[in-house]
Amino acid sequence: LAPCPQWPYCRQRCSYCSFNTYVVPALDEAAVGACLVREARTLLRLSQVQSITSVFFGGGTPSLASPRTIAAVLEAVAGAVHLPTSAEVTLEANPTSASTSHLAGFRTAGVNRLSIGVQSLDDAELRLLGREHTAAEARGAVEAARGLFPGRTSLDLIFGLPGQNQGTWTRGLEAALELCDDHVSLYQLMLERGTALASQVWGGALPAPSQDLLADMYQAARAMLVAAGFRHYEVSNFARKGALSTHNLSYWRAEQYIGVGPGAHGRFVPRGEGSCSREARVQTLEPNAWMREVQSRGHGTRRRVVLSPLEQLEEVLALGLRTDEGITHKRWGHFSPNLSLEAVFGALGEAKDLQEQGWLVLDSSGLRCTWEGLALLDSLLPDLLCQLQRC
Amino acid sequence: VALAGRTAMWWARLRSPFSAAAPLCLASWLPAGPVVCRRPYSSRDKEKLDMSRYPVESIRNFSIIAHVDHGKSTLADRLLEITGTIAKTDRNKQVLDKLQVERERGITVKAQSASLFYNHEGVNYLLNLIDTPGHVDFSYEVSRSLSACQGVILVVDANEGIQAQTVANFYLAFEAQLAVIPVINKIDLKNADPERVEKQIEKLFDIPINECVRISAKQGTNVEKVLQKVIEKIPPPQCNTADPLKALVFDSTFDHYRGVIANIALFGGEIQKGHKIVSAHTKKRYEVSEVGILTPNEQPMHKLYAGQVGYLIAGMKEVTEAQIGDTLFLYKQPVEPLPGFKSAKPMVFAGMYPVDQTEYNNLKSALERLTLNDSSVTVHRDSSLALGAGWRLGFLGLLHMEVFNQRLEQEYNMSVILTAPTVPYKAILSSPKLIKEYGKAEITIINPAQFPDKLSVSEYLEPTVLGTIVTPHEYIGKIISLCQDRRAVQKDMLYIDEQRVMLKYLFPLNEIVVDFYDALKSLSSGYASFDYEDAGYQAADLIKMDVLLNGNPVEELATITHSDKAYATGKFLCERLKDAIPRQLFEIAIQAAIGKKIIARETLKAYRKNVVAKCYGGDITRRMKLLKRQAEGKKLMRKIGNVEVPRDAFIRVLKRQTDK
Repeated sequence: LAPCPQWPYCRQRCSYCSFNTYVVPALDEAAVGACLVREARTLLRLSQVQSITSVFFGGGTPSLASPRTIAAVLEAVAGAVHLPTSAEVTLEANPTSASTSHLAGFRTAGVNRLSIGVQSLDDAELRLLGREHTAAEARGAVEAARGLFPGRTSLDLIFGLPGQNQGTWTRGLEAALELCDDHVSLYQLMLERGTALASQVWGGALPAPSQDLLADMYQAARAMLVAAGFRHYEVSNFARKGALSTHNLSYWRAEQYIGVGPGAHGRFVPRGEGSCSREARVQTLEPNAWMREVQSRGHGTRRRVVLSPLEQLEEVLALGLRTDEGITHKRWGHFSPNLSLEAVFGALGEAKDLQEQGWLVLDSSGLRCTWEGLALLDSLLPDLLCQLQRC
Repeated sequence: VALAGRTAMWWARLRSPFSAAAPLCLASWLPAGPVVCRRPYSSRDKEKLDMSRYPVESIRNFSIIAHVDHGKSTLADRLLEITGTIAKTDRNKQVLDKLQVERERGITVKAQSASLFYNHEGVNYLLNLIDTPGHVDFSYEVSRSLSACQGVILVVDANEGIQAQTVANFYLAFEAQLAVIPVINKIDLKNADPERVEKQIEKLFDIPINECVRISAKQGTNVEKVLQKVIEKIPPPQCNTADPLKALVFDSTFDHYRGVIANIALFGGEIQKGHKIVSAHTKKRYEVSEVGILTPNEQPMHKLYAGQVGYLIAGMKEVTEAQIGDTLFLYKQPVEPLPGFKSAKPMVFAGMYPVDQTEYNNLKSALERLTLNDSSVTVHRDSSLALGAGWRLGFLGLLHMEVFNQRLEQEYNMSVILTAPTVPYKAILSSPKLIKEYGKAEITIINPAQFPDKLSVSEYLEPTVLGTIVTPHEYIGKIISLCQDRRAVQKDMLYIDEQRVMLKYLFPLNEIVVDFYDALKSLSSGYASFDYEDAGYQAADLIKMDVLLNGNPVEELATITHSDKAYATGKFLCERLKDAIPRQLFEIAIQAAIGKKIIARETLKAYRKNVVAKCYGGDITRRMKLLKRQAEGKKLMRKIGNVEVPRDAFIRVLKRQTDK
């Protein structure tokens, strides 16, 4: 089981971000921290798990929180269930809130992996994205992090920015490769409704890159990272020397995770209530309302939906195929004891056609995308869902 | 002299039961109230009117004709109110338009009739208003309605003036030798210019200015005057009750419980329940089970007499038994049939198929039921390799096709695949083998799939129409070039006043079928109007063009086109199809071909990347919803080869927005 506490606060809102984040002038950090601790305890008890595999502090900007707060949450987790020393504890950090001393504080608190939101190493691009840091600050942060978390520092990059071309992107990636540790996440910029960047692009003030350019950027990046020794283990994630993110893999493998904090999502079986059905859960979005709920009833779960066996399999499929390992027979069997992967996708039908076209493989290890198929997953999934629904 | 004498006699008879002082007679024995909402089929048996009180001399049979939106239906509503046929409320809008599609589009598709009772100068009159559809596609129905009339009210908008349909409708009435009462409507509007319209009417129709009635149907201004004109100007029907029965069937509807309800106009004799009648067309014999008038719903009466208009039910099971234009007479008293009409001639044909073959039977029964009330649609069974079993339907025009399709959706909850519309081409066959096969040398082609090869044809023929365009003169240049682009030949050009011009062009029908009207409207900012009439066939250099997706023909888009237009049409179809099909996992070649020769090509490139970048815990619920919606959408796609095409793609391709 993997708890993922959310710190929903940011110092400023990035131009592309549509997450549930809040910029507040003054924050009662102790109160927020106390609520995270209390909700983590409540939900861990509800899940009745024995041991934790990973913890992921996401956000928002959790590096804005003090190491004390992070420590308190980790202590609460360790107090409720077994938290082995080998468990991966990741914290997302922004370059501006990643001074060496601050990062050292997080390490002391129990954090052992850092994910740094570099996004770009070009100052003009960073301004376009509404980031508050410069390229130099990003470099400094990564170097500091690598010193403290050697082999366990990840960096995030964004491509497909308005005005970006193949040359500027690959040069930026080269620079990042010189700077990075053993884990890189590459995200294609998504224009989300309601963001400043989207309205500029849709209003015609900024150019949108063509579909073909985006495909070229993605393929070039894949090739460069693989050449640099990275394994492309998920659509947007690359790792070398085995530095895969345990926590994120647990999402894609459809394992259990508990969302803690405003707007956090979770998937787990609330055995504490005597249930044995996996539920999709969402915590209350707005931080103040969430805090009131946690204070009055121990948690701020706003919505819980029992997932049907079919819905669970649909998630297994949609998430599992994002990874290079795909869906193993064992994992599929865990969710579908009576109907094997072969039984669903081995017969004549969509999956067979997609295999023949070279996008998909079904063999003794399981069902997965080919190298080419991975880039087209969203075109494969509706067909596969149709086939699954017929069973 | 004899007629005048009889009239005087009737006057005397009619005067007695009513007070002559009241100019407007709301007869108390008439059902008042909003009868439109109910269908009081047989509720009034006890109080049936004695229709013999309305002899020929006191009857006026008339229609209202107008360009679309000039206020025909509003005037009809007012006439119904004034005569007490319906209660006067604010809700009376398009009372005679009963179909949802009519109310939504503000058009009349199916003509309705209403008998109005009106006292003028102490005489009780029976005024039969025979409504007419208001769109060019339905002009056939207009002439049908006019055959039961002796006069028309020609409504012209005081602001817009004479429009193409005004001209067309006027000539229909003029040729039928009907009395015409010009009425200038909407004089309450700010930009109304009745003087100008009166001058147009004088110039174009040769009707003196002082005969025009200026009204506002909306506000009721001068509407009574229109009724008085109807009585004064329109002659009573020329016929005699003493003659043998001679009834014209001018419309029919189908009722699920009572069978066919035929609308009839009596040109002689009388008719009542129990009469044995014969159809001149089918020679079949029936027994009359009910006669009555329409107010506008059916009101049973004991008898109908010469000159009157009403309905008849006589155990006819199918609408085809009540052939429109047919003459009914008494058994063993045959009469010379009335000239009747040519049957409705479909101008546009299209294939109709169920989206899913399992829906075939449901669609079949929906079609059967809908065509019962719209006998102008022709239906032939058809089938295609790609689309399965279906039908080839003939419509009066594209609007008719859209309306029919809309009625299928609204009234029968059916959605269908419609193929590209085509006009009825002809071919003169030269191949003895084919001539033998068809049993004739001249064949009509209503399905591009049956287009005979050039080698076995001596000549292809295409249908033409004579189009009338009325436009403000500043748009003439653009309109002339539009017409030339549509292979049209100018026949006439006339200034109807200082600003307005009437143009007449001979068009190949296929050039105006899909979008000519839209193009004309858009380049004239909506000011130009258009109407057309059938003008026979002309020789044409025709070819069949296929549209291919990765080499597989798209049956919905196969078209017959003039060879001069093949390249432009092919290029256009390919470009539009490219925009209408989503990118897929493989490259898609979109081609237009004549025989084996490719004349246009567009390439829809394969998707090279389609995967959402970020997918962690938070987003997954929304993401799954989207994927499942896409999976559902897949089931509704039409597969051509391995290419998935959204069902509305072909309609989007065929519906041209702008003209290049």
